[in-house]
Amino acid sequence: MLPPGVATKDFNAALAAFRQAVGNDWVFTSDEDVALYRDAYSPNWGEPDERLAAAAVAPASTEEVQAVMRAAHRYRIPIYPVSTGKNLGYGGSAPNLRGSVVLDLKRMNRVLQVDDRRHFAIVEPGVSYFDLYQYIQDHQLKVWIDVPGPGWGSPIGNSLDHGLGDTWGIYRNHFSSHCGMEVVLADGTLIRTGMGALPGADTWAEYPYGFGPTLDGLFAQGNFGVVTKMGFWLMPEPESYLSGSIHVPRRAQVADLIDLVGLLENQGIGGEPQYSSALHEEQQRPEFQALTANGRFPSDVELDAFAASCGKPYWTVKLQFYGPSEVVAAQWQAARRLARSRIPDATFADGDAFRLPLSKEDRQKVDLVAFGIPSLAQFALTARSPWNPAGSDGHLFFTPIIPKTGEAILKYQHVMWDELGKLGLPRQVGPFTPPNTWFYRAHACILVFLISRSDVEGNRKLRGAFKHLIQVAAAHGWGEYRTPPMFQDAVRAAYSFNDHALLRVTESLKDAIDPNGILAAGRYGIWPRSMRGKK
Amino acid sequence: MMHPSFARLSLKAAFVLTNLMLAPRFGLAADTAPLDGKALFARHCAACHAAGPGHPGTSSLAIKYKDTDQPALLEARKDLNPAIVRVFVRYGVGAMPFFRKTEISDAEVEAIGRYLQKQH
Repeated sequence: MLPPGVATKDFNAALAAFRQAVGNDWVFTSDEDVALYRDAYSPNWGEPDERLAAAAVAPASTEEVQAVMRAAHRYRIPIYPVSTGKNLGYGGSAPNLRGSVVLDLKRMNRVLQVDDRRHFAIVEPGVSYFDLYQYIQDHQLKVWIDVPGPGWGSPIGNSLDHGLGDTWGIYRNHFSSHCGMEVVLADGTLIRTGMGALPGADTWAEYPYGFGPTLDGLFAQGNFGVVTKMGFWLMPEPESYLSGSIHVPRRAQVADLIDLVGLLENQGIGGEPQYSSALHEEQQRPEFQALTANGRFPSDVELDAFAASCGKPYWTVKLQFYGPSEVVAAQWQAARRLARSRIPDATFADGDAFRLPLSKEDRQKVDLVAFGIPSLAQFALTARSPWNPAGSDGHLFFTPIIPKTGEAILKYQHVMWDELGKLGLPRQVGPFTPPNTWFYRAHACILVFLISRSDVEGNRKLRGAFKHLIQVAAAHGWGEYRTPPMFQDAVRAAYSFNDHALLRVTESLKDAIDPNGILAAGRYGIWPRSMRGKK
Repeated sequence: MMHPSFARLSLKAAFVLTNLMLAPRFGLAADTAPLDGKALFARHCAACHAAGPGHPGTSSLAIKYKDTDQPALLEARKDLNPAIVRVFVRYGVGAMPFFRKTEISDAEVEAIGRYLQKQH
């Protein structure tokens, strides 16, 4: 396969230049090798429009990245950078533009610095969360990382795709907790952002802004440069962990719970709150089946009566506290006092109390990601399991951002219940669906779809449903925070304020910074001038 | 009934195994120390395939082999060898994606395969 619009002669010249830059072993052109860059979880696997690479090139240093980009710029070769290439469910290592050359940064795998006095790390893009965790353990450093579900992901790649985690406050929002970048632009120019622009500064991973406008945002969910180094703020290893749960008996009280948690969280009290409903596991009861016959969404009165008949609270929020032992105990005490004053019929249950680091035995009992320990346990979602005994070939996430209010989650339940029913899909959102709380200043609410590579018709139907849900969500002001390449134009189109003015100014920047339009064309809906309007 | 992904994998496996048997065997470069298959297994495979809760590869295989004598743990298997391991690493299966050569080199896959072969 040739990159679109590139002559064979130019492609061969570019490949020769890539080999010169990185060595023969690290330019991949055989069908067998290039197939390893397919999206393993693709919802259009094997179909004519599957997004495939033409080749791949794997530099081992910033200098090699610059040499590759200079050659690509000269021969106008479309380049698609990936870090560890494990963004499964969001496109994996396959490019937005079919026929691109994947710039595989996995070999850039050095942990450059971890400072446990100032609590930051600086890494290269091929470093995984597993690698960084291991480095910290090997060097007995007293810091935590905040990890996403898949530990094989890259701190750089994950944060640049606005990824998230499960510990405390700002650390769970991985882009928010980054500090400083080194970036290779499309023509090979090397820049550093923040304090990195000041030669000799030792504050690159401490102060994010440097002087003047901050460009860092351009390099996240975009196509303006190849990030080759990045700093991250880290949490000091806490002395202890404490959890406790607050239960409320009625459906509408989710609003009181969310307001309470906001009051706590926005003062820095507590890590990731986890909402749930114990009624979720009661949905097979005949009385619930009767309440929901013919796709009807029961009334609040009916649902409250159902909760009472089950003898279970309607909502629970599990609060998690990290810090010195006196502090976490006081925080849980304060949370209960505030809850009692606002929600008189709330009840409470103590949870886990651990001295940190976790013992080997305690590690078996917990969700590791809440303790900054990378894992792949999340993939139980897709692999064979008691609830999915045949297993699946991949997954796809639909994750709109919704307001951090009870009213919003209850409205979201109604809307998605109706739409999933109309689409003929299982109603995975219902009266007991809680909000997701990865972003400490907003809620999300995820829908998970499983992929079967061999079910072409099912995948086609799913893609159509996904695009419909993007529009339905947008009509309510709910926007996806992240999506695979095949849906990025659709989500981009929904962010349309003032006749798409934000996209237009972004395109102007794209034309100025990458005039040949070679970097990640189409990423997050940003197309180079030559392809604009044709996609 | 065989899950479609396994039917497809079987076809690919037959093709790849045939090619492996026909292809010349490349050893490790003379200046490269022998790779530690056990350490490589721990680094690349154990997050899914170790024992205990939270390892989806193991829990998935426990369901697959629940009515057989085949163990769910790869390190307890008696039938693995480098050629079979290479098929799974390079083609994936079900939720397990394939791995690029920048992630696990051919020599590393071979070492993991030899380590698993030595377990029997």
